[in-house]
Amino acid sequence: MSTTSSTILNLPDQKTATIPKMNYITKEDGLWSWLTTGDHKRIAMLYLISITFFFFIGGIFAGLIRLELLTPQADLVASDTYNKLFSMHGIVMVFLFLVPSVPATIGNFLIPIMIGAKDLAFPKINLLSWYLYVFGAIFILAAMIWGGVDTGWTFTTPLSTHYLNTNVVPAALGVFIAGFSSIFTGLNFIVTIHRMRAPGMTWFKMPLFVWSNYAASILMVLGTPVLAITLTLVALERTIHIGVFDPTLGGDPLLFQHLFWFYSHPAVYIMILPGMGVISEVMSTFSRKRVFGYTAVAFSSVAIAVFGFFVWAHHMFIMGVSNYSALVFSLLTMLVAVPSAIKVFNWAFTMQKGSITFETPMLYSFAFIGLFTIGGLTGVFLGSLGMDIHLTETYFIVAHFHYVMVGGMLMAFMAGIHFWWPKLVGRMYPESLSKLAAVTSFIGFNLTFMPQFILGYLGMPRRYHSYPAEYQVLNVLSTAGATVLGVGFVLPLIYFAWSLKYGEIAGNNPWQATGLEWQIQSPPLTENFTETPIVTQEAYDYEWLANKTQHEVTTVG
Amino acid sequence: MHISPVLWQFLVKWLTNSALFPREASTIAPWADALYFFLLLITIVGVTLVSTLIFGFSIRYRKEKHPVAEHIEGSTLLEATWTIIPLALFLIVFVWGALLYFRIYNPPTNAMNVYIVGKQWMWKAEHPGGQHEINALHVPTGRPIQLTMISQDVFHSFSLPDFRVKREVIPGRYSTVWFEATTPGTYHIFCTQYCGTNHAAMIGEVTVLTPEDYKKWTQTSTSGMSLAQSGERLFASMGCNACHSGNAAARGPSLAGVYGSKLQLTNGQQVLVNDAYLRDAILNPSQHLTAGYAPIMPTYQGQISEEGLIDLVEYIKTLQTNYRVQQTLTTSESNQAAPVAPGVVKP
Repeated sequence: MSTTSSTILNLPDQKTATIPKMNYITKEDGLWSWLTTGDHKRIAMLYLISITFFFFIGGIFAGLIRLELLTPQADLVASDTYNKLFSMHGIVMVFLFLVPSVPATIGNFLIPIMIGAKDLAFPKINLLSWYLYVFGAIFILAAMIWGGVDTGWTFTTPLSTHYLNTNVVPAALGVFIAGFSSIFTGLNFIVTIHRMRAPGMTWFKMPLFVWSNYAASILMVLGTPVLAITLTLVALERTIHIGVFDPTLGGDPLLFQHLFWFYSHPAVYIMILPGMGVISEVMSTFSRKRVFGYTAVAFSSVAIAVFGFFVWAHHMFIMGVSNYSALVFSLLTMLVAVPSAIKVFNWAFTMQKGSITFETPMLYSFAFIGLFTIGGLTGVFLGSLGMDIHLTETYFIVAHFHYVMVGGMLMAFMAGIHFWWPKLVGRMYPESLSKLAAVTSFIGFNLTFMPQFILGYLGMPRRYHSYPAEYQVLNVLSTAGATVLGVGFVLPLIYFAWSLKYGEIAGNNPWQATGLEWQIQSPPLTENFTETPIVTQEAYDYEWLANKTQHEVTTVG
Repeated sequence: MHISPVLWQFLVKWLTNSALFPREASTIAPWADALYFFLLLITIVGVTLVSTLIFGFSIRYRKEKHPVAEHIEGSTLLEATWTIIPLALFLIVFVWGALLYFRIYNPPTNAMNVYIVGKQWMWKAEHPGGQHEINALHVPTGRPIQLTMISQDVFHSFSLPDFRVKREVIPGRYSTVWFEATTPGTYHIFCTQYCGTNHAAMIGEVTVLTPEDYKKWTQTSTSGMSLAQSGERLFASMGCNACHSGNAAARGPSLAGVYGSKLQLTNGQQVLVNDAYLRDAILNPSQHLTAGYAPIMPTYQGQISEEGLIDLVEYIKTLQTNYRVQQTLTTSESNQAAPVAPGVVKP
C-alpha cells in the first residue's frame, strides 16, 4: 500500500497482515447459508451482487438509447422499442439500483459496525427486505421479458391507464414490492440507530455517514407508502376503471402527478443523502482531519430530508397548478438548495490544513463534488419559475438529473465501494487501474451530459426517438461520451472480481481511518466485535487513533 | 494528415448547420435569455470557486508538503457566509423567475385567441376565423397570441423553444399560454410530454408572418365558416336550442350574454362563466345547474369532440340575443309540422 505512515508512528506492517481465518464469509459455507442468513454483512453482499446486475442491465438500455440517438432519424429500433428502452432504463436504474445502492449495500454492512452494534435491530426483516427486492425485481424482469413496458419511469396517467397495451401492471407491481424492501430497510436503520448505539456513542459522536442514512431512512419510511398507494391506484384504474385519475369519470389527471411526485421528489434525496454520507467519510479520511463543521453537515442532512417533502410540485410548474402555489413551491425549492451548498463548502474546507493523499476513493469524491455542484446549480435553473417553462421536459432536465444521480450518487457509490472494499472482502483493489477508471468515468460523464445541457436550451425534448438534424453534432458528442463512460464502469467490475482472489491483503485499517469499522478485523467477524466497544472519542478523531495505535504497538511489541 | 475533400465538405456542412443557441423570436425570449445568462454566471462562478478550493487545497496541503494535519473545528463566520450568500442569490433567482413566469402565463387582455387541440399524435389549431391547421400554426408578428389548449386523450405539452414558452396540454381542462412573435420565419413546435408510440413525431411548425402576409393567409385558407358559425350549426343540430331558446317558459336558461357573467348555481355557488365553465357544463350538466332550473339536461360526455366543444363555446361567446336561436327553432319546427308530401304519415 502506498498510503499510511508519517502521522501514525510505529504502524503495524500491512505486508505481514493475513486474512483472518474466522470471518463472516468463512463462518458457514454453501449457497443455502447465504440465502438464509441474518447477518447484515452477508445481506449487504447479496444486495451488492443484485444491484450490480441490474446496474449493468440498465446500462445496456442506456447504451442502446445513445446508439439510436447517434442519427437524427429513427433507424436503429422501432418507436415502441425505443420507448420501452428509456422506460426500462429509468425503472431499473431508479428503483433497482439508485434507491437501494448505498443504503442497502454499504449502509447495511457498515451502519451497525459504525455505531458499535452486532447487527441491525431486525435481522430477519433485513433478509426479508432483500427477498422483497428480488421478488419485485423478478416482476420487473418478467415485464421486460413479456415484451416490456413503455410508460416512462413515471407511469404518467392517463397514458399508463388507458392508452398502452404493455405490461404496466406487472412493472408497477414490481416497483410496489421493491418499495416495501426500501421501507423495511429504512425502518431497520431508524430503530438500530435509536436503540443499538454502543455505550458512549452519542448522536454527535456518530459518523456523518450514519446521520445521512438516518435522514434518508426517514424519507423512505414516510415517502414510499405514497408511491405504493399511487401505483395501486394506477393498477386499479387500469383494470377496473375506478376513475380516480380519468377526467371522463370525474377524476383528476393532475392528482396522479401530485401523488407520484410526493414520493418521487423525496426519492431523489433518498438516493443522494447516503451518497453525501460517503463523501463526508472519504474527505475526512484522506485529509486526515475532522469534517469541517460536523454539526452543520449533520443538520443539513436532516434539513434536506424535511424540506425535501415540501417541494414536489416543482415538477409541475407548467402543468396548470395555480400560479400562487407555484410561487410557494419555487421558494421552498430555493431553500432546499441551501443545505446542499453548505455541504459542498464544508467538504471543500475539510481539506484546509489537512494532509491530503489522493487514493481512488478521494478521486471519486472530487468527481462527486464537482459534478454535484453543477447538478445542484442547474437545479436552481429549474426551480426558477420562468426559466423552468423553457427548460422542463427537455434534455436540460435529463442532463441535470444525471449530473445529480450519476455524477453525484454513482460517483459517491464508487467512492464508497472503493473505500470500504478492503473491509468488505479483506483485500485491496488495484490502485493505478482504479485511478484510471475514476478519471475515465469523470471525462466520459462530462462528455456525455454537458452537450445535453446545450441541447436542452435549444429545446430538444426528452424521450424523443428522432430529432431535427441541427441537433446531431451535440448528440454524437454525447454518444461518444457514453462510450467512454461505459468503459469507466466496466473496468471496476473486472478489477473488483480480480481482487477477490489476487488483491493485496488489506489488514484491519489500510486507510488509517477512525471509524469503529476500521478498528476490527477485515473481513469482520459475524458478531462484528469481540467485546462491545465503549466510545469515548469524537467522530474523526485522528489523535485518538494515533494514540491508540501507539499504545497497541507498545503493548504487543 | 490528409482529409479527403468529400469528408471535409461534409464536416464543414454538418458543423455549420448545427445549432448551439436557439433563435430569439418572441418578445419574451430576450427576457428568458437574460435570466439564463445570470444563472449561467452563478453556475460558472460557483463551479470555479469550488474547483479552486479543491485544487488549491490539494496542492497546498498535499501530504508531501503538509505532512501533519492541523485540527480545525469549523468556523461560524465562514459557515454563515456560505449559507447567506447562496441564499441571497437563490432568492434573487426566485424573484426574477417568478416575474418571468407571471409574464409568460398571464396573457394581455387584447390577445388574439387560437385554440389548440392535442391528440395522439398531432396538433390541431383552430383559428376563430375558421382556419383549421394540422401540425402547423400561422401567426402574425407584433400581436399577442393566446393559445387556449386542451388534449383529447393523454397529457401533451406544447413547446415553442424559439419563443421560450411551453405549457402542458391536459385532458379535460383548458390551459393557456401566450406569446408575441417578433421575427418572420418558421420555428419548431414540439410535444415535450411523453405521450406514447409516436411522441417524437408530434411535431410541427409555427410560421410567423408579417401582418400583411398574415392577412393574405387568413383570406386564402379559411374554411368559409368561423368557429362560432360552426358552433351555431352544431347548437341547432344537437337540439340545444329546444331548451336554451330564451323563451320565458324554456326548460333551460337563456345563453344570450351569459359569457363573462356571474351565475348563481343551485348548490349556492357563484361562478364566473368562462370557457372552462361552459365546457364543463355541457359535459357534466348535473354538477353545474343554474339556480331555478331542473336537472334535466343529459350529459354530452363522449358525444361531442373537443373541436365541437370549442365551436359551441365560441358560439355561446358571441351570442348576444336569442333572435337567431328562436328563428332557427321556428324554422325547424315548421319544417317538422309541414307534411313532406300529402298522404305521408309522420312516423
